[in-house]
Amino acid sequence: MFKFAVWIIFAIVIVLLPQFFTSLLSVSILNQMAIAIVFALSYNMLLGQGGMLSFGHAVYFGLGGFMAVHALLGIEDGDYFFSVTLIPLVGGLFGLLAALFIGSFSTHKAGTVFAMISLGVGELIAASSLILVSFFGGEAGVSGDRTYGPTFFGYDFAQDIQVYYLAAAWMFIATLAMYLFTQTPAGRMANAVRDNPERAEFIGYSARRVRLISFVMSGFFAGIAGGLFAVNYEILTEQNLNAVTSGNVLLMAYIGGLGFFIGPIIGAVVLTLMNSVLSHYTTLWMLYLGIMFVLTVMFLPNGLTGFLMMHRTPWHLGKIRLLIKPYIVTSIPGAVFALSLVAMVEMAHSSEAEFVFLGASFNSSGIVSWGVLIAIALGSFIALRRSLPALREAWAQANAIDSGEQK
Amino acid sequence: MSLLQLQGLSKQFGDTKIIRDVNLEIQPGEKHAIIGPNGAGKSTLFHLISGRYHVSSGSILFKGTPIHNRSPFEITRLGLARSFQVTNIFPLLSVFENVRCALLWSMGYRYSFWQLLGKAQALNDRTEALLDEIGLHARRNLPAGELAYAEQRALELGIAIASGAEMILLDEPVAGMSHTEATNAVALIRKVTAGKTLIMVEHDMNIVFDMADRISVLVYGEIIASDIPSKIRGNPRVQEAYLGEVVPGGSDA
Repeated sequence: MFKFAVWIIFAIVIVLLPQFFTSLLSVSILNQMAIAIVFALSYNMLLGQGGMLSFGHAVYFGLGGFMAVHALLGIEDGDYFFSVTLIPLVGGLFGLLAALFIGSFSTHKAGTVFAMISLGVGELIAASSLILVSFFGGEAGVSGDRTYGPTFFGYDFAQDIQVYYLAAAWMFIATLAMYLFTQTPAGRMANAVRDNPERAEFIGYSARRVRLISFVMSGFFAGIAGGLFAVNYEILTEQNLNAVTSGNVLLMAYIGGLGFFIGPIIGAVVLTLMNSVLSHYTTLWMLYLGIMFVLTVMFLPNGLTGFLMMHRTPWHLGKIRLLIKPYIVTSIPGAVFALSLVAMVEMAHSSEAEFVFLGASFNSSGIVSWGVLIAIALGSFIALRRSLPALREAWAQANAIDSGEQK
Repeated sequence: MSLLQLQGLSKQFGDTKIIRDVNLEIQPGEKHAIIGPNGAGKSTLFHLISGRYHVSSGSILFKGTPIHNRSPFEITRLGLARSFQVTNIFPLLSVFENVRCALLWSMGYRYSFWQLLGKAQALNDRTEALLDEIGLHARRNLPAGELAYAEQRALELGIAIASGAEMILLDEPVAGMSHTEATNAVALIRKVTAGKTLIMVEHDMNIVFDMADRISVLVYGEIIASDIPSKIRGNPRVQEAYLGEVVPGGSDA
């Protein structure tokens, strides 16, 4: 019943979060996180669990979102009479229908064929969204108002905090449903088809059908995320179904870790935070995000979650403390090195003569300023390199089953 | 009635004829071995029967139903399962999940996304029992890709028999094994295929003559002899083929 406890704790955490983060900005970030978590988890149904690399997942998010905005408009006009709380379901059903149609031809093969079709369909939908003005609203997009319709136990969703509880509830339900899907025959066969589509056929399953089921499910949950987006922002534009959004969800899932159910959740939280916090401080945050992605692909193929999970063995062996000191010894020069690089990048980017970074003042065209930063970078890099052998040694020891035989 | 009938079966890739007019009948319960030199088309024959390849001409009947040019999954559902010469498992899934996935269809779960595997008591019991049978119970939680070679072969066999198929095709089940491993594998094959119809391709003649009720010799895509082991041993054409004398595979163009 450990798993049951995890879900209870998860529910308690999402209920309590707004008690600690009360500012308007933090509530808005929490709402973004809830949406991003659902979207990233739905993406991982394809890539992590089904082995389908999609470059066009924003299509289902966006189409679900646009439909949801139209539903909001319908409520406003009095065409429909239902609570705004059900709007994400409208998005989900439309995402499901879109995925059913597109999946019927795109899931024949995984691999490159699937990836190329997803890219093509993504571009096609994004391009036509600017042309089909009546549904997509052209460049301005479509906006609605979430405060119409019957209130939900007194909630009219005029305030962001009310939207948070709506989004959090849907996020919890969607996360639970997506987790349970991984525990069903269709969900498990998605893993089997990812590993070896040919053998799956020889145990009685059509690889295509298995992929299509995952694809449709994934479209459904992406549509729910789009519906939540519609309720939260009350506007959808072409940006919500173009390649940037598709790329973003790929980054979230990948940086979080594809091989773990919780991976995309961590990725969504971290990237949403970076997105909101970092973009406050620097216009170059996309650059840092890109570097982070490249570093993850190179050094942490299982993402942040994979990195955390690497510590399971030392933890069970009770040797995690062996790693504390080497981690500190490595991370100090590592952080200094990274920050000195950031300082140089920002200084080169800065248009003003005086450049202030972490309280230190630099002359952005002065040789001395550059010299100091380069010296710091070089020095910290050498220190970082020197600290690595001790870290490797400690890592080997922490993972050794029998500490007595270690040299 | 024979369980499997191959009638005038041919397969060609471009102009190259790999299988030429093969006729073969397998009776229920029979243990049938197909032998022949390298490149004779033994694996191709298996791929035709199991649906991996489409046939060029001729027909394949399983329980009287034509199965040629059907998808592998349709053929599997009819009760004809196979193993592979090169190990063909689900490497990232645990050993337990490999076996459980192989059981799913035959136990009626189909594409269900509304039932939880954790609650499927009968399915999980069958999985455990099968793991016991193939001797991999201690390895149940390991990713299948991390098993030793002989263990992967045992899992390969386990996946093939899991569906409860009446007929099983085994493609070189002991290839690449040490003598001890091969002896164990043969004992395992005997145990798990008891009462089932078996067709196997195998190079180890001791195993073939020990296990098979009947043997077919495939040379250059043609069956040159199909008989009980003692008659195959004395057949001059077979001896010729195995002594390395080139036997022209017939005169069809």
